[in-house]
Parts: sequence; C-alpha cells; structure tokens
Amino acid sequence: MGLRRVAIVGAGLTKFMRRAEETGRELSFYAGKMALESAGMTLKDIQCVAESTAPDAFDGVHMNGEYLSDGSGGWRKPYLRSYVGGGSGVFVVIHGWYQVASGMFDTCLVVASEKMSSCHPHPQGAFLNIFDNFIERPLGCNLLWIFALEMNRYMTVHNISHEQIALVSVKNKRNALDNPVAQIPEKITVQDVLNSEVLAWPVHRLDISPTSDGAGALVLVSEELAYKYTDKPVWIDGVGWNLDTTYWTNKDLYYPRYVEKAAKMAYKMAGITEPRKEIHIAEPYDPFDYKELHHMEGLLLCEKGEAPKLTEKGVTQRDGALPTCPSGGLLGVGNPIAASGVMKVCEMFWQLRGEAGARQVTRDCKTALAQAWGDLMQVGTVVVLRK
Amino acid sequence: MKAITREMLGGTPLKEKDFEKGRVLYYDDHLRTAYNWDAGVAMGKFLQGLKEGKIYGVRCSKCKRVVTPPRVFCEECYAPIEEWVELKDTGVIDSFSICYVRWDASRIKKPEVPAIILIDGADRAGIMHKLGEVDPKKVKIGMKVKAVWKRKKERTGSILDIKYFKPIK
Amino acid sequence: MTGNKVAVIGYGISSYGALSPEVSYKEMMYEACVQAYQMAGIDPRKDVDSFVSSSEDFSEGTSIFDEYIPDQMGAMLRPTQTIAGDGLHGVASGVMQILTGRFEVVVVEAHSKASNLTDHIGLIHFACDPVFTRPLLAHPYFLAGLEMRSFLLASGNTIEQCAQVVVKNKNNALLNLLGVHSAKIALEDVLSSEPNFEPLKNIESAKPRDAGFCIVLASEKVAKNFNPEPVWITGIGWCSDSFQPEQREWAIPAYAKLSAEMAYRQAGIKQPNQAFSLVEIDDSFSYKELQHLEAIGIAGIGKAGTMLEQGAFEINGVLPVNPSGGSLGCGNFSEANGLFRLIEVAKQLKKDAVGYQVNNAKSGLAMSWRGLPTASGAVCVLEV
Repeated sequence: MGLRRVAIVGAGLTKFMRRAEETGRELSFYAGKMALESAGMTLKDIQCVAESTAPDAFDGVHMNGEYLSDGSGGWRKPYLRSYVGGGSGVFVVIHGWYQVASGMFDTCLVVASEKMSSCHPHPQGAFLNIFDNFIERPLGCNLLWIFALEMNRYMTVHNISHEQIALVSVKNKRNALDNPVAQIPEKITVQDVLNSEVLAWPVHRLDISPTSDGAGALVLVSEELAYKYTDKPVWIDGVGWNLDTTYWTNKDLYYPRYVEKAAKMAYKMAGITEPRKEIHIAEPYDPFDYKELHHMEGLLLCEKGEAPKLTEKGVTQRDGALPTCPSGGLLGVGNPIAASGVMKVCEMFWQLRGEAGARQVTRDCKTALAQAWGDLMQVGTVVVLRK
Repeated sequence: MKAITREMLGGTPLKEKDFEKGRVLYYDDHLRTAYNWDAGVAMGKFLQGLKEGKIYGVRCSKCKRVVTPPRVFCEECYAPIEEWVELKDTGVIDSFSICYVRWDASRIKKPEVPAIILIDGADRAGIMHKLGEVDPKKVKIGMKVKAVWKRKKERTGSILDIKYFKPIK
Repeated sequence: MTGNKVAVIGYGISSYGALSPEVSYKEMMYEACVQAYQMAGIDPRKDVDSFVSSSEDFSEGTSIFDEYIPDQMGAMLRPTQTIAGDGLHGVASGVMQILTGRFEVVVVEAHSKASNLTDHIGLIHFACDPVFTRPLLAHPYFLAGLEMRSFLLASGNTIEQCAQVVVKNKNNALLNLLGVHSAKIALEDVLSSEPNFEPLKNIESAKPRDAGFCIVLASEKVAKNFNPEPVWITGIGWCSDSFQPEQREWAIPAYAKLSAEMAYRQAGIKQPNQAFSLVEIDDSFSYKELQHLEAIGIAGIGKAGTMLEQGAFEINGVLPVNPSGGSLGCGNFSEANGLFRLIEVAKQLKKDAVGYQVNNAKSGLAMSWRGLPTASGAVCVLEV
C-alpha cells in the first residue's frame, strides 16, 4: 500500500461566544452537521469519528469525550478522543489524518468542542490543576503566570517592546471584524492595549484572547473519494507534532523549540525546504499576542526575534506577503480551546478555496499552515495544507 | 460553498441578564473525591530535603547534567539517575512577572511576583517560586536571589517551606 | 487493514497492589517502559517514532495530564499524544499510525494510580450525565445492577452462572503473580454474599489496583530487526454506543459486538468461537464476562453460562477465558485494563505465562470496556 493522501472536503463552526445556551454535545452537533452539509454528506457516509476537547475540568465531566460522543456523530461508530492540551485543536486533524491515511477508514468526521463556561466561578479555575501537584500548585499558581514569564523572557532576550507586540492584538481583533464566528471583534489601537488593565505584568488585558464556548468540525476523506464530494479538496500534505519536557522551568522560554520540531516534521512530509517562501498563508496559535510572534519564529517563517519587525512592516496583514491569522485568530475570534485550533484549519480550508468572503487574502495561496500550542510550554502541532 | 454568514452558524450566546432573570436553567455539581498523590522516590526525598532547609538536585551518571527538581530518570538520555547533589539555596532570576489578579480574575491589593529561579549548582535548572522583600518595579532578569526559609519547626516538607526568594548583592 | 499486521515487539509491567506508596506515577511509568524497551531491544531516544499514553485527567487529578508523560517514557521532544480512552484505544491509535507507512515504531502506555483517589466511586459518579443521571442516585453501580438484571432476563443466563465467573477468575488468579485479588473460593461463598446493587453483589465487582503497563509496536517491515518472533496484531476494532443509558440496548452491548466485528473483518475471522486459543475479556462485573462472550460471538446467545458450568472456559477447557484471573482476580486497572489484557494474551502466545500457561496457544483476543457509565469498548486480535 502506497502512502495514502487525505483531503478535507467540508468544514463547520459554531459561533464562538462567552456563554452558550447549548451543551457541549449540542455545539458538537451544530458544527458536525454544518461540516457534513457543506460536503453534501450525511452521518451515514462517515466511518469513524475523531474527537477533541480540552480539559475535562471545564465541563465538569470525567471522561468528557464519552459524554460528547452522541453529539459528535459517534453513535455505534469507532470513536476516539485524542488530547494534547491546547494543541488538541490542530492535533485532532492529524489524528483524523492518520485514521484515514492508515487505510482502515475512507472517511472521518473530526470534531472539536469546548464549553469552558460550565466551570464556575471562572473557567481559569480549571487551569489551577495543570501545575505540578507537589511543588507548584501549593504556590497558588495562576495560568497568567506562565504566559507572563514567557512573554517577559521573550521580550528581554530579543529586546522587543510591548508596542511591537501589541500590533498583533490590533491586527487580529480587526481581522476578526470580518469573521461571523467572532466573539469580540473590535477596532483597537496599540495605545488601547497598553492602557488596558495590567493583569500579570507584562501581560495586559487586551493581550489576551477571551475564554469561549464553541465547536468546529471537518470532514476528511481518502484521495479516492476526494473529488466525489467537492471539486476543491484541500490536501493534508504535512503533519507534525511534538511534546517537550515536563520540566518547563529547566529550559529557556524565549524560543519554542517543540514548535520548530513539529514544523520540521510537517515540512519534511510536505516536501518543504524553504518555509518562508513556500508557506503562503499561516494561522499560528495566538492565545496571547506575543505568542503569534513566538510561534512564527518557531515555525521558521522568520529568524528568531524577527517576527515583530515583520509585523511592523505589515508583512502579516491580509494584503501582506505572509498573511498571518487572517481569521482574526484566537485574539479576535475567541478561544474555546480545542475548537479554536479547528477554527484555524477551517480558515485555511476556506482561504485555499477562495471561500473566505471578506477575509479573503489578496495573494494567491497554494500552501497554507495551521498550528496550535499547548501544555506548560510543551506542545506544538502543525498541519500543512495544499489545494 | 459560499462564504459563511452568522446566520449559518449554530450556537446561542447568553447574557448575564439571562441568568439573573432565571431564563436559563442550570444544574450545579462538584467532584466528590480528593487526591493523595504518592510522592515516590524523587519527589519524596526532595520534599524531605526542603523540610531540612536544603534544595536537592540529582546528577545523571551518563550525561552528567545536574538538575532540579529531582527525578529518577534522565529525560535527555533516559538513563536512571541515582546520584543526589545538595544545591545552594541561592539562584538567578530567569524570568518574573508582577501579578495583580487571583485565578478567578479578582484583583489583589499587594501584587505577587512569581519567578523562575535558576538554582546555583544546577545546570540551567530552575524552579518556580515567588519573590518577596523586594519592590516589584526593581526586579530584573539576571538578579541574584536567596531563599527565605520558614523556621525549622514550621517546615512540613513542602515547597512552601521556602517562604519566598529575596534579592541579594 | 485486511492482511496487514502490526507486531508487538516488547511489553513491560510495573506491578503494585491496592497501594503503591513507594513510587510516584512517573516512577511507575518509567519502570514499565524500561522493561518494555529492554524486551524490544530499543532505545526510546532513537528508535521510537511516536508515543501514546491512554489516560484521563480526572483519574490522575491533573488537568492536561499529557504535560506529565514525556520524560519517563523517553518521549521528550518527540511526537507524543494522549488518547483519552482505554489502553486498547491507545493501541488502535498506534496501529493506525504504523499503517500510514510513516511510523515504524510506536510505544503505548497506560497505568493506574487508583489508590491516589480518596473516593473512586465519586470519580465514576462524575462521569455520569450531570443533568439526567447524577441527580438520581449517589452510587453509580446501580447502572451495573440494572444492566445485569436486563441481561439475565434477556439471555436466560443465571445468577449462579455469574457467580461462577467470580469463582473461576479468582481461582485462576492464584496462579498469576499479578493476581492480587485472588482467592480460593467456591460457589457458595459468592452466592451467600449480600447483593448491594441487586442482583449484583459486592464480590462480583473488580476492585481498583495500581500498576503500569507499556507495549512497543512495530511495523511488519522493521519488526524482525528487533524481535525475530513477535506477537502479531491482526485486527483491532473499537466502538461507542450511546452515552445515554436511557438510549442504550441493555441486554446486548453493541460496543462489544461492533468492535469485534471490525476486528474480525480485519483478521479474516469468520467463526470467532473456533478462532482463538484463549480470550482475555472485560470482567469488571461478573455478568460482564458472560455478556461480552455472547456479544463478541464466542458463545451463542444465552449459552455462555452453560458453557462456563461445563468447564469450557477453564484454563484446561476448550476455550480458556481470562486464564489470567481477569479484573476480578487481578484488579481493575482503570484506563490500563486493555493493555493488561493484551499483555496477558501476548504472554500466553509467547509461552511465557508461568504457572498458568494455556496449551498450544497460537491466537488470542483481548477485549476491554471503559467501565461505568460508558458504552465504549475495543477488541484486539493477536496471533503468532
């Protein structure tokens, strides 16, 4: 059996919102249904389901994947939930890829759903337990700490100003004005970011993406079936994933080496040797504005420390040479953890097919990239898509 | 497929008023179990060391790295680790933050200063802790700090046996 | 996958009992992985292409548990993922990755530190539907009681036959070093104990247990470089029925039936009741062993209990079922149950089941159920 190619033929998303009326499985259902309908398929055409949802602590259900299965089309099907923290949203596409590329299945429904708002009094509470049970949790850690520590290190090593970083938040929140999925798109300035409340210096309120409820879904099929369901399949040409050490305080946080390894794995599979030239459009993970820059460097789309300069020059705008987060990213659209990764893949899918509406970038793109990040500065998950 | 519109998207956003006015039904619950984690070999000895007012590290016999917090396996070369090293209780700040909020987003009056401190004696191995006896505005990456310990009879074998790290010359 | 197979080139077990205070979960995982790598003759830092851990956050008491898996598996800065499922679900993931043709060696681990939870039942309760199921009753085992009654009524199997499962498995476990819950008991001992979720008795439910398991999978292409006589996985299937108990088929577990059909299709098995030298299947509750045997076609509907009574499923019977002692004899390993059973089958096929070796073991089946309140399971077919 040769190396089987896998294509995405349908995509669906729900609105991203702070608190949804729907349960996690109802959100999964809406996204899954939209993805199937977009490909002209029904659940009968689906042979297996790949599910992703981030910490069960949000939903307050142990084995949350089981709870969501009915809403995700998993009834009486091979149903599997993969999980790599925040990286899950892009990883689940890789998971769906290997379900089909293995030859065991010809079609797969990929579903990611997140209901962060179930967690009271604040979804951040679910993150209290991501820290080491012995020597970190007793300190009363706060999720903001790890981002603030990383942001400070990144800024200090490369001598980057907050103004430069804030440009990402400005860009993405404005891009999101054209995204019907978006939770809080808005037009802001660099000064707005710097004036916003300091939460954990150097992190200000407008540097952060909001917590959300939402779901996303994709339909993956084998190469033999791709043209049966669409005349514009999007091929998953490269996949890569990597998990760094648990001992995150032992390494220098200025550079995400695990993102580089994941990217290199994906580039190798896709036959990409010069990512800066060969990647035409990118959706790196941006839960915080500095993260987009951090990840651009990890993805080898520019030199270390160079990403802020590219942003300043407008290279990453929709009409720039490397449109980055044209969707509005997590900063603009919202961050229902697993679903946000799928949202990025959906965006690349629509951009490659010319279906992104007002968000459509001006340059002609053939190769796209979506990336997610997760854990205590540990996970990089990357997919390279081509039309 | 045409470009998506908001009408095509499922999902019903709720507002605070919906809850206040009782328009939304919900059910409360919380997890009915606690966890007593076994500290095991490496963490057990590390915590015991803290009780004694010491910070322990370990040295990998194969690649010779000295690291903390201690572990029985080397994540780089996968060799088992059996050699224990008493490290200093001083270190260098690798990064820090000044935090004005609790985990539930409520504001605190006196900001906390979490930091990653590379412990002297280890090979670029840091632990996370908090800084104290310092003006947050004067903290810099690269500052030298020293652990301030609880009194001996107050120590229980916990990371909190170190109250905080304070700057030293 | 028809015609394709994936090798198990090594496995390791880090065995403890009801408690394991000497080791942290990381140290327990390290022990199991080191053993597996030793048997397979591999260096995880060089020879492994992908790592999988079957684990659940709330079983560990840590959110985003995958943060804590890489170092002790040798997976730092390598492609690593968790599967929120049973060990056999992790194996399914590993098998699929190998069959893509891009990964040659994949490691799968799972472990149980159930002793670290103060209230195991509280955890299961937390897995039930928060709106429809949890408010009804404090103890989720009532779901097992309901299912047992439904199964017995529909199939014609009897309470005595379910009790006989406990007798067989606990006695089998006496011969297995892993048999921590073994007991030399007789039918009267089981029948005379009080039911606490009628008709289910306390002694009929497997008790939690700490242990770590690890297996190394390899593609057909490279397997022989590491192990000239590996155990082959020729089929793997998995399936989920409706999560809502109210919507499920109670008597015949569809997840088991459909998982088995998928695995049999891949392995080319047409007559499952004749295809295996032994079977290791889920017996978290006594009736589950009979229910699963019928669902996967090892016994005809309503026949499993009778075959058990006739001695068909004893270690020296025509088709040994749970010669290891199963979960009733060895413990409930939470997410690691499937790996426990797969390794028990592999041990038998490699003639390594010291003290309880099944004669002429050439092929076996490992089956797992994710436990209450789920309707998810997986089936794996192995042969030498």
